[in-house]
Order: sequence, then C-alpha cells, then structure tokens
Amino acid sequence: MDIVITICSGFFLLVGSFLCISGGIGLLRFPDFYTRMHAVGVTDTLGAGMILVGLMILSTDFLVFAKLVMVLLFTLLIGPTTSHVLAKAAFHNGVIPKDSNNLRQTEEKENTSSIL
Amino acid sequence: MLIGLFNDWIVVILMMIGLYIVIAHGNLIKKLIGLTIFQTSVFIFYISMAKVDGGTAPILADGITQYSNPLPHVLILTAIVVGIATTALGLSLVVRIKETYNSIEEEEIQQQDNEEQLSMNKAEENA
Amino acid sequence: MIDIVLLTLLVVVAIAIIRMKDLFAVVMLTGIYGLLSASFFVAMDAVDVAFTEAAVGAGISTLLMLVVITMTGRKEKPTRHKPFSALFVVIITGGLLIYGTLDMPYFGSADAPIHNHTSPRYINDSMEEIGIPNIVTSVLASYRAFDTFGEVVVIFTAGIGVLTLLCVARSKEYEAEVESINDSMHQQHLVIRIVAKMLIPFIFLFALYVQFHGDFGPGGGFQAGVIFASAIILYAMLFGLSTAHKIINQTLIQLIAALGVLLYGSVGIVSLMNGGNFLDYNVLSSNPITGQHLGILLIEWGVGCTVASVIVVIFFNLAARRAFQQHKKQAQDKESSAC
Repeated sequence: MDIVITICSGFFLLVGSFLCISGGIGLLRFPDFYTRMHAVGVTDTLGAGMILVGLMILSTDFLVFAKLVMVLLFTLLIGPTTSHVLAKAAFHNGVIPKDSNNLRQTEEKENTSSIL
Repeated sequence: MLIGLFNDWIVVILMMIGLYIVIAHGNLIKKLIGLTIFQTSVFIFYISMAKVDGGTAPILADGITQYSNPLPHVLILTAIVVGIATTALGLSLVVRIKETYNSIEEEEIQQQDNEEQLSMNKAEENA
Repeated sequence: MIDIVLLTLLVVVAIAIIRMKDLFAVVMLTGIYGLLSASFFVAMDAVDVAFTEAAVGAGISTLLMLVVITMTGRKEKPTRHKPFSALFVVIITGGLLIYGTLDMPYFGSADAPIHNHTSPRYINDSMEEIGIPNIVTSVLASYRAFDTFGEVVVIFTAGIGVLTLLCVARSKEYEAEVESINDSMHQQHLVIRIVAKMLIPFIFLFALYVQFHGDFGPGGGFQAGVIFASAIILYAMLFGLSTAHKIINQTLIQLIAALGVLLYGSVGIVSLMNGGNFLDYNVLSSNPITGQHLGILLIEWGVGCTVASVIVVIFFNLAARRAFQQHKKQAQDKESSAC
C-alpha cells in the first residue's frame, strides 16, 4: 500500500514539474505577448494543481490535507483570473496581437474609454 | 572550502552589486533598489550563519533534538520591517523631489541647484 | 544543494537589475528577487523570516515602488560617463571582504561560536519559562520585547513621515467626478471585481489566523498586519480610491496606528506598576506562565494593528498624491486651452 501511494504521488509531482517547465519554455519561445501569456497561465495553474495533489496523497495528518485542499482551491481560482486581467490590461493599453488583420479589433480599441 | 564558504562569498558579491548600483546609477529609484539588494544580502548572511546541519525550524516539537539557531531569525525579522519602513519613506521623498525639480536623475537635479545658486549670487551682487 | 541554485539565481537577477534601463522591469525583478530570497530562507529553516520576506519584500515593496514609478516616469536616463572609479572602489572593497571571510566558520557547523552563548538558553528554557512552542516568537515578544518595541516605533515614525510629506486635502467636486467615472467602469472590470469580492473575506480571515497562530507556527503580528493591509489595498485598487475612502475612515486608521504603539507601551507600564521591570510579563497575572501568554497576546495585537494601519496609510497617501497630480495637470490643461 505504501509503495502504491509513493508511486502515485511521484507521478503527480513529475507531471506537475513537467508542466511548469513546458510553461517556461513556452514563455521563451512563443512570438507574441498573448500566446506567451496563454502558455504560462494554463500550464502554471495546472502544474501547481498537480504538485498540490501529489503532496495531498503523501500527507498523513488531516490538518495538512485540509490546508492543501484550500491552497488548491485558491490556486484554481486566482490563476485564470490573473491571466484574464493581464490580457485585458495589455489589450487596453494597445498591445495588438501579432498576426491580426481584423479591422473590428482596431475599431473596438478606439472606442474603449480611457481610465482616469 | 568552496562549499563551506560559498554562502559568504555570494553575500559579498550581492553586497558589492548593491553598492555599485547606489554609487554608479543616477536614477533615484534605482539607488533605492540597490539599497534593497544590499539589505537583503545582509539578511542572507545572518540566516545562513544560523543554519545547523541536521537541524530543523526552531519550533519545539516531539522527537526533534537539533534546532537551528533562533536568535538571528529574530534580528532579521526586525531588520526586514525596518527596511520596508525606510524604503517607503525614501519613495515618498522621491515623489516630492519629482514634483519640485521635475526630474529624478541626480545630474539634472544637481544642475538645477547649481543654476539656482548662480542666479541667486548674481542677484545679490546686483542688489 | 538547493540553496546553491537559489543563491546563483539571486546573483543572476541582481546583475539583470544593474543592466536594465526600464524601471518597470527593474521593479518586477526586485519582486522576483524578494521571492527568491524568501525561498532561500525556507531552505535555511528560517520559516518566520521567509514568511515576512515573502509578504513584505515580494508583496508590499513591489507594490509601493510601482505606484511611485507611475508618478516619476518609467525610463532611466543612461549615464554619460563610464563609471570606472565606482567599479574600482567596488572591486577593492569586495576583495577585502572576501579576504575577511576566510576565517569564518563553515556553513552548517554546529560548533560555531554563534551557537554556544545565548541561544542554548533560549532553546532549552523557552518551554518552561514562557510555554509556547515557537521559539522565535518567544524570543521576539518576551526575551527581546524591547527591541520589538523600537521596531514598532520605527514603523509608526515611517507612517508619520509619509503623512507629513504626501498629505493631500481633497475637495468635494473632485470626489463626485471621480466617483461617477468609477461607477461607469463596473462593466469593464467585472471579472476581477467579482473574484476579488469572493476572496477578500478569506484574506482577512487568514490574517487573523496568522495573528493568533504565531505562538504555534510561523506567524505573528508583523505578517498578519501586512496580509490585512494587502486585502484593503486590493479593494482600493479594484474599486477606486474614493470608494475605499468611504469605507476606511482615514482618521480612524491613523488613530489605530497610534493606539497599537500605545498598547505596546501600556503593557510595559502596567508591568512596572505591578512591581516588575519594564515589559516583564511575569507580574501581569498570578501565574507567571499565564502572565507571559497574556503579555505576548497583547503586544502582538498592538504590533498587528500598527503595521496594518501604517501600510494602509502609506499606500493611500501615495495613491492620493498621484490622483492629485493628475487632477492638477488636467485643470492646467483646461486653463491653457481656455485662454
């Protein structure tokens, strides 16, 4: 039973680490701000979640397990929100996606009101 | 000896990087950031002195015999909080300097002060 | 092993801070620097210090610097001359310091002089004399309470200094104008406002948990104060400064900052009146251990109040100064276009 638990949590930890590394490689290699942010936002949230699940399987105390569950819930809530806010701020300040020749996007950008 | 003294040498390198930023850069905010790097290097120095091989965090628990030294942790807690206090005060001084001189580069501020001093001397001579 | 990797990353980030000219990137790198040093402190078993550094160095410090660079400009002007004399001074000093470290005890040795004088007394006698598991809290709040008193007064003085430098008087019609803009922006910031509304109660609850759990694990007054202030700052950033002014009364916050320091000093004076030394908690109650617990609870409460309110005061004044500058610039532009 012990070895099954160890292998299971090791699998989750390895998958989580691989996802975080691939998010880092995507940050370096993708051509545009929005694609880079998409790579990091998705893989960081899922990678952190996998690492937390791997630690949850290993925990012996109920208190540690409960704390890890709460950290997982907050990570799943905050990660996508941060990506959304970053993309919104970039779009509002005029960072245009690289291969866009969509006229509607530039019109929409001109119509958004400026914040004080 | 490299592994034993590695932490201390990294501390000296970080301290010198912080000192270089304070001396050589003209921008006031860059100087404040250099000061922060200097402070953090001193924290790293104290905390790496406190670590004992085979010890754990200094929170008493059953079955642990060796604890890391808690005294430098207390000193560095105070130092971190004092550091943020002085950084906040320095930042508000930078805001006021920007409002008065319209620049936060050291050379431009010095130039404006010199010109003002020259014009005051000339006004005194004429009066 | 992991501390060697973290220290090397710290040096790389510091060299990147020297080389970059964009102040926004430099402030973000400073935040990363703070987070890396917090991870290093965890690897060194300094959990209380790591908590404080993560909250203060990677959180509040980055935020305050970002608010200031919106006011002072984002680019650094390159220097006209090459700083060879500065490099020379730095290399000479660094060489002398490295020569000085050759006599230091090796990393992790248990017989270094630092471990042999006062620390064994703290580690061995803390449980009988004070009775709480966290030795760092017992040293900070009881054995060395006078130093912590000085620290609280330093934080309070920084708050007073920022108030003196940056205080701005607000006018009524300016408030109404900002508020109307703020309400019209609700559609634009819907997602972040709703998520923040869900999270802010939990942040407050976590701050209270850290405040009272400092006796048993990493935590205590400073970290709790910083987390409490960061929840209020999050609300102010998302919903506008005028809405936050209506909820958090400025006079009350300044009063709470002063009351925290007063509470700390009063505990000392009550100890004096009961016959002990200043900040000697044994005389606060009939049982010395209960007296110690009561004293530590009260002073941590004072520290938490002061730290939270001073950080809120500093942020509100920096942000109000920025709004005041922009308002003045708009009024000047309107005047010059009217003439």
